[in-house]
Amino acid sequence: MSATIALGRQESAARLRRQAWVERLRLALRTPSLLIGVGVLLFWVILAIFAQNIAPHDPLAPDILHKLQPPSADHRFGTDGLGRDVLSRVIYGSRGILVAAPLATLLGTVVGTAIGLIAGYFRGLVEDVLMRITDAFLALPTIVTALLVLASVGGSTTTVILVIGLGFAPIIARTVRAAVLSEAQLEYVEAARLRRERAPYVMFVEILPNVMGPVLVEFTVRLGYAVFAIATLSFLGLGIPPPSPDWGLTISEQYTYLISNFWWPVLFPALAIASLVIAVNMFADGLSRVLER
Amino acid sequence: MASQSRAALEVTDLKLAYRVRGRDRIAIRGVTFTINKGESYGLVGESGSGKSTVAYAVMRYLPDNAKITGGSIVLDGKDMLHMDGDDLRKLRATAASMVYQNPGTALNPTIRAGDQLIEAFVIAGVAKGEARERALAMLGRVQISDPQGVMGRYPHQLSGGMQQRVVIAMALASDPTLLILDEPTTGLDATVEAEVLDLIRNLRATFGTSVLFISHNLGVIARMCDRVGVLYAGRMVEEGPAWELLTNPRHPYTVGLLRCIPRWGLSKEVGPLDTIPGFPPGIGAAIKACVFADRCGLVQDICRAEEPGLDPVGEGHASRCHFSDIAQTLPRAERDMVKRPPVPETARAALSIKNLRRTMTQQGNSFQALAGVDLEIAAGEVFGLVGESGSGKTTLARSVIGLGVPDAGSEIDLEGKKLAPRVGQRSLDQVRAIQIVFQNPDASLNRRKSVRQILGRALTKLTGVRGERRSRRIVELSESVRLDAGLLDALPRQLSGGLKQRVGIARAFAGEPHLVICDEPTSALDVSVQAAILNLLVRLQRDRNLSYIFISHDLGVVRYISDRIGVLYLGRLMEVGPADVVFSAPHHPYTEALLSAAPSLDVREEHRIRLQGDIPSAAKPPSGCVFHTRCPRKLGAICEQQEPPLLEEEPGHFLKCHIPIEDLRRLQKPEAADQAG
Amino acid sequence: MLRFLARRIALALVTLWLLSVIIFLASHALPGDVGRRILGPFADPRAVATLDHSLGVDRPLLVQYLDWIGGFIRGDLGTSLSFHVPVAQLLLRGLGNSVKLALVAFVIVVPLSILGGVVAALRRGTFIDRTISIGGLSATAMPEFVTSIVLILLLSITLKVLPISVQVPPDADPFTQVYHLILPSLPLVLVLFGYIARITRAGMIEALESDYTRTAVLKGLAWRTVVFRHVLRNALMPTIAVVATQTGYLIGGLVVIETMFNYQGIGQLLYTSVAQKDFPLIQAGVMTVGVVYLVATLLADISYSLLNPRIRLAGRE
Ligand SMILES: Nc1ncnc2c1ncn2[C@@H]1O[C@H](COP(=O)(O)OP(=O)(O)O)[C@@H](O)[C@H]1O
Ligand code: SF4
Ligand code: SF4
Ligand SMILES: [Mg+2]
Repeated sequence: MSATIALGRQESAARLRRQAWVERLRLALRTPSLLIGVGVLLFWVILAIFAQNIAPHDPLAPDILHKLQPPSADHRFGTDGLGRDVLSRVIYGSRGILVAAPLATLLGTVVGTAIGLIAGYFRGLVEDVLMRITDAFLALPTIVTALLVLASVGGSTTTVILVIGLGFAPIIARTVRAAVLSEAQLEYVEAARLRRERAPYVMFVEILPNVMGPVLVEFTVRLGYAVFAIATLSFLGLGIPPPSPDWGLTISEQYTYLISNFWWPVLFPALAIASLVIAVNMFADGLSRVLER
Repeated sequence: MASQSRAALEVTDLKLAYRVRGRDRIAIRGVTFTINKGESYGLVGESGSGKSTVAYAVMRYLPDNAKITGGSIVLDGKDMLHMDGDDLRKLRATAASMVYQNPGTALNPTIRAGDQLIEAFVIAGVAKGEARERALAMLGRVQISDPQGVMGRYPHQLSGGMQQRVVIAMALASDPTLLILDEPTTGLDATVEAEVLDLIRNLRATFGTSVLFISHNLGVIARMCDRVGVLYAGRMVEEGPAWELLTNPRHPYTVGLLRCIPRWGLSKEVGPLDTIPGFPPGIGAAIKACVFADRCGLVQDICRAEEPGLDPVGEGHASRCHFSDIAQTLPRAERDMVKRPPVPETARAALSIKNLRRTMTQQGNSFQALAGVDLEIAAGEVFGLVGESGSGKTTLARSVIGLGVPDAGSEIDLEGKKLAPRVGQRSLDQVRAIQIVFQNPDASLNRRKSVRQILGRALTKLTGVRGERRSRRIVELSESVRLDAGLLDALPRQLSGGLKQRVGIARAFAGEPHLVICDEPTSALDVSVQAAILNLLVRLQRDRNLSYIFISHDLGVVRYISDRIGVLYLGRLMEVGPADVVFSAPHHPYTEALLSAAPSLDVREEHRIRLQGDIPSAAKPPSGCVFHTRCPRKLGAICEQQEPPLLEEEPGHFLKCHIPIEDLRRLQKPEAADQAG
Repeated sequence: MLRFLARRIALALVTLWLLSVIIFLASHALPGDVGRRILGPFADPRAVATLDHSLGVDRPLLVQYLDWIGGFIRGDLGTSLSFHVPVAQLLLRGLGNSVKLALVAFVIVVPLSILGGVVAALRRGTFIDRTISIGGLSATAMPEFVTSIVLILLLSITLKVLPISVQVPPDADPFTQVYHLILPSLPLVLVLFGYIARITRAGMIEALESDYTRTAVLKGLAWRTVVFRHVLRNALMPTIAVVATQTGYLIGGLVVIETMFNYQGIGQLLYTSVAQKDFPLIQAGVMTVGVVYLVATLLADISYSLLNPRIRLAGRE
């Protein structure tokens, strides 16, 4: 009986699995938000890598005689308060955030996932303690936590990555814990205990692969907030120190010219941030659509 | 308009497709049937055959991706498929109502039951002032004892049976021409199910409503319907008067389906159950001729060339088969079971449970899920455990495997050695010795692991084999559950329900266990698949001479596979004895009620015992005999004050009742004759 | 219900205590000494020691913590190092101003975003839905200083419909005050809109797909009745929690907005205290932010439980 059933489906496993991937890819190609997100992200990554070749001027070279020039053929985005080329600064300015944001998010995801797994799997006292601490951190907006810490230790790219990353950990831990809780109720976890698996094996080998979907989505969503938060910290003067062409920093330096209607040194980096943030979020939205099918 | 037609519902050549991954895939391949006024029509078929789809099509409540591609639906003389929104709404408010599975989610959680019911009357045209009266009266008619109280309660404060009564009351508010019931009792306990089914029958008699009754359970259909249609892969394959069709089926699929069911009194000693090989075609599958050809034991060339018509084979009885006259000669699909001599006594399980208690807390209330259970299970014995939900079956199973810690003073011994309460504290040998097959393979198999990984890990952890030997053992193990080696690299979701359950069984057998706990292992499966799994479990148990604790709410299944049976109620064993003894009078009054509630194909005119009310909360168990609040044979004060002991009334037969066994024998005489047959 | 509330309040208190420990450690236990951090690397070591002593930071950590938290409970938050006035006084004034700004933002955003979410769900998959969803997503993701710049350019400099300045005399009539607060509240509105609309939409869709909605439709109720009586109430429950948690976020946004617009609220106070390394003010300010968040979530829990009969009636038969 079943032997024949099975034989009829000989081809199955490997091919079915390949099919599933092909299908997912096809779905991805039919999800516009994902495509746009990836496209814009790639655009910025390429600009960052080839900044030397693409940027028309030195982003740091001041030219006091030509400060606050409106956009022209030589300076397509105009010049800033120190006469530096805005276009070149926008191109170079992508470098800092394109490194810091993913690293911070990665840090937050790794730490948060570990905490979430442990809290969701062990329950009881361990869970209570971890979740209370998480709650306490959640009571503070990431920006405020960052202010508190950066006031003590001072700003640098490394500290910003650490602060944002660890600031995200509790949020990610919440999401992961919720996923783990519903996962841990499934009987395959009990089946593992019935062959005396150790807790780390159950957590990381049995449960983790099943919560990777939410973790991945959370990663992309957080990536958007990382861009948001890092740019904001730079703007507040607590992130990457000058004279970096970092977008947030540039805006805070040039912001005062806005009142006098010198809009270009501010608007272009602002649009750059906007495009990056929207791209990351569209990517996140698209990815979750593809994964939830 | 003329609604004087004789038919309540006429469905003609209905075709429907679902759009899945960008393509329309046909799910209903032309279905035709008529329900006359006042008639009860049953639609049966395995899951996925399209029963619910037909029902929702009638109500015109289909998901966005569904598309009716042909045919017509005429309800009470009105064409449903060409009706605009407002008329449709009016029709739903007055002419047709629907009740479906899961009453718990069918009611709005934030609105009082009474208000939801009143709303149904108002929309059906009853004046606001009068609606409340009518609602109260209706609750009385659906046999709710405290209508006033229930009106003011929220759905979560009602039990499942009560919720379904409220839903039924709501459906009847408009005095509809047609009442559609889609698996209305699936998920309810047998005793509650029996009550709800009785209620529906009585109401139908008083209201004269036509009914479309959908179920996968042939026993329920037999009890509820005048005529039956059998749906297979979106095609009607047989139709006829209920009793005639179920006793004299004329389509090979119906014949096979009926043979899969463990009938009343049938036991594994008689032989293996029959099965239907293969799988039904999925939605969208291209079918040129007979839909059943790929699985039919009578298939001929003509079956693949030409689709048979739904041709008459008797009075109002039709079958869609070229060979309906010889349908009942369908060869048995299951080879006779090879009875090997029992293996030398390697696998010995003698489980002894003494005074097993488990106190649990739920929302601050503590209650005894198990209140002192004593039990011995011999080596090579299959012990069946039955009881309503919440009676403690699973708690008992979990205590034995070491996943739930019993109260101090409880003792569980395996082969004379005490078992530690937690699996982590048991020796490797003890852990290997007791394994479990879970109910739902979707939850019990890790979705990210291939069959090979699942079995391999179990082998490594339990027996320590590695490398080449492990690969060999994996293949042997999968062969022992008749799982083709070609499927070893599949992920669970690529397997059908039955195949997945085979993986679950193989995993339980990886460490050569002595005792396997089967916790409702076939409840999530269709009957044809269930039969194959039961046969497999019987064969494995015989080959290895090991013991099972077999839990199921399906009495036919338990009777089929068990050597001895225990009946649990509120954490107490009410009756224990050999399977045939428990199933024939004299029974414990509770067992008697359970047996009489079970829907069966064999008891036509019923003399049934009904239990009143729901299971009492375990947090506040009744005094004396815990069954006294529902016991139809209650003696009087003694039952309320004194808890009877579990006594061995005849050799091997234990009862926990104040009524002496001789009296029970006498009292239960008339039905005993009916049921033992 | 009472049990549920008692439990929630107890949990909030535990969280608050942990929060105080975290804040204290973050500002005190980091490497380096406080006086040195305030005075800078080139200051005279004696001056550093004197400052340390006057701040009390040369005492054991536990003593300092108890001293600080004791003061906090008594309402004595210390004296600001940079403003030389009691911290409590500064914070109260700042909080008052911030509440005004936040209220304007909430009054604009809550009805708008809920409506947006509801409409998107009812028109699921259509152009309107996509516009609201993607527009909301983009708005949410945008840092406030970026949207502020665009809004200032557009509304104040180009169109000249709203004033850039938020400086109104404190005795100005409420309408004038609101008029000046609209521009700074808009970036907050944009961020919040996406959040709230998204959760509302998800809640609506879940409710629309539920069995009880099916029951209501099949009863023959008019669609309008189905939505208003059966869907909305269940759908909006998760929204309440989100609105509350967003209060926390809002304060993060206030830091930026108030600094940009030079508006004297708690956000600007926090920013200044950090820039000036005014530790008593930092600690008390951050603590206040935490308290505001916890109170908001507590209120959300209470209203949620009032709407949800499962919790409201728990423990009753
Ligand atoms: N919304 C849907 N989209 C796609 N396929 C569906 C949908 N609903 C049901 N189906 C498919 O249609 C077939 C018939 O389903 P259903 O009517 O639910 O059968 P039954 O009620 O007999 O179990 C099944 O193969 C099922 O998977
Ligand atoms: S037509 Fe042929 S294949 Fe189809 S059911 Fe009849 S005998 Fe079987
Ligand atoms: S003891 Fe009394 S109440 Fe209990 S089962 Fe026997 S007769 Fe019924
Ligand atoms: Mg169905």
